[in-house]
Amino acid sequence: MTHDQSGMFGASGTGDTSGYGGLVRTQASFGSAERPYGSYFDQVADDLERAYPDFSDAITRVVVDRGELTLHVKKERLVEVAFILRDKLKFEMCMGVSGVHYPERTGQELVALYPLLSLTKNQRIRLEVATSDLDPHIPSVVEVWAGNNWHERETFDMFGIIFDGHPGLTRILMPDDWDGHPQRKDYPLGGIAVEYKGATTPAPSERRSYR
Amino acid sequence: MTFDPYASSRETTEGTVFSVTGGDWDSLVTEIGEAKEERIIVNMGPQHPSTHGVLRLVLELEGETVTEVRTGIGYLHTGIEKNMEFRNWTQAVTFATRMDYLSPIFNETAYCLAVEKLLGITGDVTERASAIRVLMMELNRISSHMVALGTGALELGAMGPMFFAFREREMVLDAFEAITGLRMNMAYVRPGGVAQDLPAGMTSQLRELVKTLRKNFKDNAALLIGNSIWMKRTEGIGYLDLAGCTTLGITGPVLRSTGLPWDLRKMQPYCGYENYEFDVITADTADVYGRFLVRMNELEQSLRIIEQVLDKLDTLDGQPVMVADKKIAWPAQLALGADGLGNSLDHIREIMGSSMESLIHHFKLVTEGFRVPAGQAYAAVESPRGELAAHVVSDGGTRPYRVHFREPSFNNLQSTPAMSEGGMVADIIGAVASIDPVMGGVDR
Repeated sequence: MTHDQSGMFGASGTGDTSGYGGLVRTQASFGSAERPYGSYFDQVADDLERAYPDFSDAITRVVVDRGELTLHVKKERLVEVAFILRDKLKFEMCMGVSGVHYPERTGQELVALYPLLSLTKNQRIRLEVATSDLDPHIPSVVEVWAGNNWHERETFDMFGIIFDGHPGLTRILMPDDWDGHPQRKDYPLGGIAVEYKGATTPAPSERRSYR
Repeated sequence: MTFDPYASSRETTEGTVFSVTGGDWDSLVTEIGEAKEERIIVNMGPQHPSTHGVLRLVLELEGETVTEVRTGIGYLHTGIEKNMEFRNWTQAVTFATRMDYLSPIFNETAYCLAVEKLLGITGDVTERASAIRVLMMELNRISSHMVALGTGALELGAMGPMFFAFREREMVLDAFEAITGLRMNMAYVRPGGVAQDLPAGMTSQLRELVKTLRKNFKDNAALLIGNSIWMKRTEGIGYLDLAGCTTLGITGPVLRSTGLPWDLRKMQPYCGYENYEFDVITADTADVYGRFLVRMNELEQSLRIIEQVLDKLDTLDGQPVMVADKKIAWPAQLALGADGLGNSLDHIREIMGSSMESLIHHFKLVTEGFRVPAGQAYAAVESPRGELAAHVVSDGGTRPYRVHFREPSFNNLQSTPAMSEGGMVADIIGAVASIDPVMGGVDR
């Protein structure tokens, strides 16, 4: 999913007598799912292939995991796919956009996820679009689903993803003159150590962590 | 004209601009009287008694007609999503519960359902735990709708309904206190189940509560339904039809007020909602009055569900309220004491006095927490304001890699301009109240 992890307690540079410090856990990666996908997912994929001739080019991966269908879409094809999903496949609602920052995925650091909902067919799918830290641009889907306006502003505010074509991409939760994008992994949580009855508890981000 | 620091005017290319920040209203009126046009920009909020919390509305007015509304939010941003990445999976519940402070149980449940999906234990959650979750959610829906109705009416100038609404809400909060030890921000729903079982005799107490509430709800219904002043302030106000709702992603009572019976409890049941009989309430007026009626009538449906849950709970007496897997069922044991929720004394006696292995297990689970297999999941519940969903990403560790909440208040507040532009300035209050935004949820 994200990256290999070594060690166990997040401590480094200290004497490790447990042996766990040498532990390396490799993350499972999710490949493309094989047909049949199960549930209504095959139907959705068939319908989309029929309605959208460039399916194989635009959809790079289809992932079925934990009962959810995720279509990985090339970012330059996102708006086309979105229009087809809305108009032909009846995904009338987009429930927003959620960003995730994976600093270890070179060239694909920033990910935007769009949960879609079809009221007509009572179905849910998810679109996943990735872009790089160096070119944090993803086309806006506000012209497709107007309700994504604030959600895209939030994701811009928190992750620095620039949604091209958004009618007014400004910060929404943080102050306008804020530096940085708080929910990126390279942005520190902050916080201060607290002293109580002589003992000092470090800030949450400084505490020893288990991975 | 003498210089007035609170009501100064300056010349711009657009004409004379008057800035009023308080002070002498008379001098402003005199000066505006000399101007030719009536365009006024009013900053309403963020500190305003009618904006449901720290919401800022920038209104452009022509006389009393609103020509443009811009909404400013973010005053209550607390970084809850970021903070959750620095706590273990169970501790994160205590953050989630603080987002939308009127519907804490829904925040917790959405998050926990997503975590359970990631863990692959959705089917292992006991029937009793799910029933208790439903019970708590429906009680919470009542307490939340009570604030929506009470403060909504108060903002439109009706004071009586608020007294009744808070009387009812208080009783529900007392029930929460008896069950969880807390009146709000309970952190009661945990990944794998709920923190602890209902106290003895709770179901019969709650049956009494249902009876009282059913009787009391009639007071507010009698005050407001069909009340001509109330109708004049709400009928045809804040109109938003089905097409507007779908394109703006609006769910909950606002969507149901357009006539579409979309309720996740019916359409995509979770926590065993498919086992309970209830109706999805709709209205067809798509206005503030319709949303008021939807909320008002949903109260009775919540009571119906609660009654069925209580019957079910009586048959499930003694069933555990947490998954059997002891590697997930954290915290080890809790009990509600005289001073609130805490570790049960029996458990402390065991880990401190008799079993070293229990102590190690407790220590590992509490300090380290459990690991969640890598992946992502999206779980949605029907909160009092619409679809509340948690998108949770795990990298396989003991802490969430990313948690995002799809907050209905945040999304629905976008519809303020669509509901209010072209209407009267006084009707903005009604329109915003009918969305029922909770700024803690909007800003997170």
